[in-house]
Amino acid sequence: MCLAIPAQVIELRPADMALIDLAGLRKEISLALVENVDVGDYVIVHVGYALQKLDEEEAQRTLAAFAELGELEAAREELAGGVA
Amino acid sequence: MKYITEFRDGELARSLAAAIAREVEPTHEYRLMEFCGGHTHAISRYGLSDLLPANVRLIHGPGCPVCVLPIGRVDHAIKLALQHEVTLCTYGDCLRVPASEGLSLLKARARGADVRMVYSTLDALKLAQANPNQQVVFFAIGFETTTPPSAVAIKQAQALGLKNFSVICNHVLTPAAMHAILAGDGGKLLHGFVGPAHVSTVIGSAPYEPFARDYGKPVVIAGFEPLDVMQAILMLIRQINAGRAEVENEFTRAVTAEGNRKAQALVADVFELRDAFEWRGLGVIPHSALKLREAYAEFDAERRFGLEYRSVPDHQACECGAILRGEKRPQQCRIFGTACTPDNPVGACMVSSEGACAAHYTYGRFREHSDSPLPQAG
Ligand code: SF4
Repeated sequence: MCLAIPAQVIELRPADMALIDLAGLRKEISLALVENVDVGDYVIVHVGYALQKLDEEEAQRTLAAFAELGELEAAREELAGGVA
Repeated sequence: MKYITEFRDGELARSLAAAIAREVEPTHEYRLMEFCGGHTHAISRYGLSDLLPANVRLIHGPGCPVCVLPIGRVDHAIKLALQHEVTLCTYGDCLRVPASEGLSLLKARARGADVRMVYSTLDALKLAQANPNQQVVFFAIGFETTTPPSAVAIKQAQALGLKNFSVICNHVLTPAAMHAILAGDGGKLLHGFVGPAHVSTVIGSAPYEPFARDYGKPVVIAGFEPLDVMQAILMLIRQINAGRAEVENEFTRAVTAEGNRKAQALVADVFELRDAFEWRGLGVIPHSALKLREAYAEFDAERRFGLEYRSVPDHQACECGAILRGEKRPQQCRIFGTACTPDNPVGACMVSSEGACAAHYTYGRFREHSDSPLPQAG
C-alpha cells in the first residue's frame, strides 16, 4: 500500500478532485493535500490523494545525471578494453 | 509511462552497479537499511541485491505499515466489526493480518462481520454518508503518507456533520522508529539509511538531520524506482568512504527540505502525539504515533466505543520482531516458506508485498546465498 506512482492530471473537478491518467488507466483522486496543480502536471498519487507535485525540471536533471554516468561507464569500458 | 520507465532502464542500472563496484572498499562492510517497505519491494522485485558487491548488504527496515501493526490493534478492529456490528473499512493490506484466536479481518468477514476494503479514506466517508443509520469505522494505518488522507476525511466528516463516522488511528511516525532502531542492537551494525521516498514528500528531508548529526549515520532519500535506489546506494557508499554523515536527497523531483506544508498543517490540526504506542517488533516507543485531538473526539473510534488497548504477544515461532529491527533475515525464521507463506501468513511481515518475508518469498527466495548470513546482533 506504500507503492505510489507519478500520474498526469488530465482534468480538474469540483471539490478539489481531479482525473488522472496512468498509462491509460483513469482514476479520480483528491487534490486536497497539494496546491497549484494544473492540468498536465504530474503528481505522486497515494491512496487516492496527490501527495506532492512532481518537479519535472528536477526529474530531467536526475535523468541527465544517470545518462552522463552511463556514458562515462561506457567510455571507461572501452578504455579498459583498449588497454587490455 | 513517463517518469516511471526512464527510472527502470536496465542498462543504466548496470552502469550504476559498475560504479558501485568500483567505489566500494573491498575490505569494508556496508550495511545499509532501507527503511521503507516500498524500497524493500523494489529491491526484491528488480533483484537489486544481485547487482551489488557481496560486501554491500541491504537490511530491511520496519517501514511496512502492516508489518509494524501489533496484534492488539487489529483485535480492536475485529472486535468492533464482530461485537459492535459496525461497518469496518480499511486498506486492503490490513485484511489478512493475523490477529488473536487465529482471526483476521478477512476471517471475521467470513463469520458475518461487515468488513470493507477501501482504496481511499473518501470511500469510507461515502459509505457513512450513504448509510446514516450504520456506524462506519475507518481502521487507519500507515506512516506519514496515509496520515494526511485520514486528516482530510475527519475534517470532511466534521464539515458534513456526520454522526456515524469514526476512525481508529494507528498512524505512526518514521523518525521515531528510526530512533528506536538506532538505539537498539541492530542499529549499531548499520552504516547508513536509504531514506523513505513518499514519507519524505510529506515530512521533507529536514527530520532526518538528527540521524546524521547525533548518530553519525548518513541518510540518502531515494525514489521507489530501481535507478533511484541504486543511485542512493552509490551516494551512501561515497559518504561512508569519505567519513561523512549527511542527509542527501536523490529524490529531488518530489522531496524538498520542508516537505508538504499543507499536508503537515492538516495533520497538526487533527492529530496530536500519543504518549506511547506499541509497535510489532520494536515494542513500546514513546511519542511514536498519533491520536485524534480533543476537538475531534467524536470521530475517535477508541473513545466512541471505549476500546482499551491490550498487548498480545506474537506467534512464538515468528521472527518478525528481529527482522523489523534489522537483526535477522526472513530465511532465518524456522517457518519461513513452510508454515508461513503469503497465502497463510503467520506473522505480519508475510502479509503485504512490502513486508520483508513476503518480498523474499515472492521474488528472492531462490536467489539468496545461504553462505553469507547476517552477523547476529547481541
Ligand atoms: S516467515 Fe512468517 S513467521 Fe517467520 S518471521 Fe516472517 S512473517 Fe514471521
